[in-house]
Amino acid sequence: MERTIENESTSAPAVQVVNLTKAFHQTPVLKGVNLEVAGGEVCCVLGRSGSGKSTLLRCMNLLESFDSGRIIVNGELMGYREKGRRLYTLKFAEIARQRSSIGMVFQRFNLFAHMTALENVMEAPVRVRRLPKAEARERGMAMLERVGLANRASAYPSQLSGGQQQRVAIARALAMDPKVMLFDEPTSALDPELVGEVLGVMRQLAADGMTMIVVTHEIAFAREVADTAVFIDAGLAVEHGPARQVLSQPEHPSTRAFLERVLK
Amino acid sequence: MPVQASDQASGRSQMNPIPSDEAPIIVPERKPGRWVAAALVLVVAAMVVNTVLTNERFQWDVVFEYFLSDRILAGLGNTLNLTLVSMTIGIAGGLVLALMRLSGNPVLSSTASAYIWLFRGTPLFVQLLFWGSISALYPRLSIGVPFGVEFATFSANDLISPYTAAILGLGLNEAAYMAEIMRSGISSVERGQTEAAYALGMRRATTTWRIVLPQAMRVIIPPTGNQLIGMLKMSAMVAVLAYPELLYSAQLIYAVNYQTIPLLITASLWYLIVTTVLSVGQHFLERHYQRSDGGRRAKE
Repeated sequence: MERTIENESTSAPAVQVVNLTKAFHQTPVLKGVNLEVAGGEVCCVLGRSGSGKSTLLRCMNLLESFDSGRIIVNGELMGYREKGRRLYTLKFAEIARQRSSIGMVFQRFNLFAHMTALENVMEAPVRVRRLPKAEARERGMAMLERVGLANRASAYPSQLSGGQQQRVAIARALAMDPKVMLFDEPTSALDPELVGEVLGVMRQLAADGMTMIVVTHEIAFAREVADTAVFIDAGLAVEHGPARQVLSQPEHPSTRAFLERVLK
Repeated sequence: MPVQASDQASGRSQMNPIPSDEAPIIVPERKPGRWVAAALVLVVAAMVVNTVLTNERFQWDVVFEYFLSDRILAGLGNTLNLTLVSMTIGIAGGLVLALMRLSGNPVLSSTASAYIWLFRGTPLFVQLLFWGSISALYPRLSIGVPFGVEFATFSANDLISPYTAAILGLGLNEAAYMAEIMRSGISSVERGQTEAAYALGMRRATTTWRIVLPQAMRVIIPPTGNQLIGMLKMSAMVAVLAYPELLYSAQLIYAVNYQTIPLLITASLWYLIVTTVLSVGQHFLERHYQRSDGGRRAKE
């Protein structure tokens, strides 16, 4: 799994988080997080529950607002237009445009329950990209093929297992041809025997060179697939570096304590 | 039998299953109270049927003489018209109010709340009388720039006919109730559905129409069927505006021939027929939505 990141990331990073802070009702969740993810890199975000790692991920596509700091994805400042010394909040339509090139996969899948697998995958290309239906269908089938579910195209989410639903959710995100994919604990809601199929799809995606930021508890997956790892503790990125180093020889005591507990 | 019973009591029968041909017969619990209650109810029911058939003042011949008369059928047509038009206004207005109430704009959401408070907090009967007498409050109605020029002016008496007053009264009242039904339907759709749509780059309006409302329908449609049936019966209150719907048509006839009871029965039979037809439709609608609901929720 040694992939050459240097090829793709010669200039600006794909995702850049600068000094991000956020509080929920005066309780600080993020206290100045800095993070850089290069193009084609797979970055695993680790941390205890409540450490702010999901919030950090959700800020990246503006599902969550933040109090200060910046997020730059593909060289574009997310959510604001900078003019002089001011940041003007973008209109919803502009934010929607920014989001459309960032794929997101949720812990609870969030497939549209009233649509079949194929309709789920076609929806955004048709409604957002204005792709003709026939073209979107063809593309949708290709995406379902990619996650190994072309044969379940006409199934409703309720007729699919959790693992299958999550794979459709990945296909749905891929159909928008995203430059970055965000995964928010994609296997946490799955029965243990279904985790493997989802990780398999993600492994393939990583091998294809997709830029991925993955919030996960799957240390084995992180070891195998991730290029870099970040450990978030109490709203700060306390450790960030090559995955092998963070996961095997952590420097920070809280990273060490966390890994000991998880690997036990 | 007694031997087997003691076998079972001692638990040995589980190890040596009793051959099926010798299995004990299960006797259901006896419920003598049921027979007594049923007998009492049957006696009362027989008394009711007896009096309905033998009391000549019901005048069933008059009931059926008018049952298919032109004026009653015209009244029935007007009642159906009122019901459908008012319900359409109620559904459209309810959707607008629900979206206003759920919007982030405090002016819109509090305006919707105030509307719902006003229309649910006063009797429909009073609202109908109010719309019927609106010309006393605003003798002239005009179209123009607010606080500015008027382009056209109408007499309220001409513009607000009894029919207009009726659909305004029924429709605007219904909108307040439909707003709450729609609001609960929209709120029943998981937040994750909206988030997934936003994350894909969908805009607010697209998300509402394509993702939220279709799923809210499962919750909205069954109570809307109930409201429709309720509306049919509530439309009888329009009689107070002297608009010839079913009840007022019957009243006009008995005002002349004094056959009050038979004509009330004629009208009631028609209400029963239509509500029965609607209830059957409602039953199938509910079953349809329950099925897709149960099927979809099971594995989620």
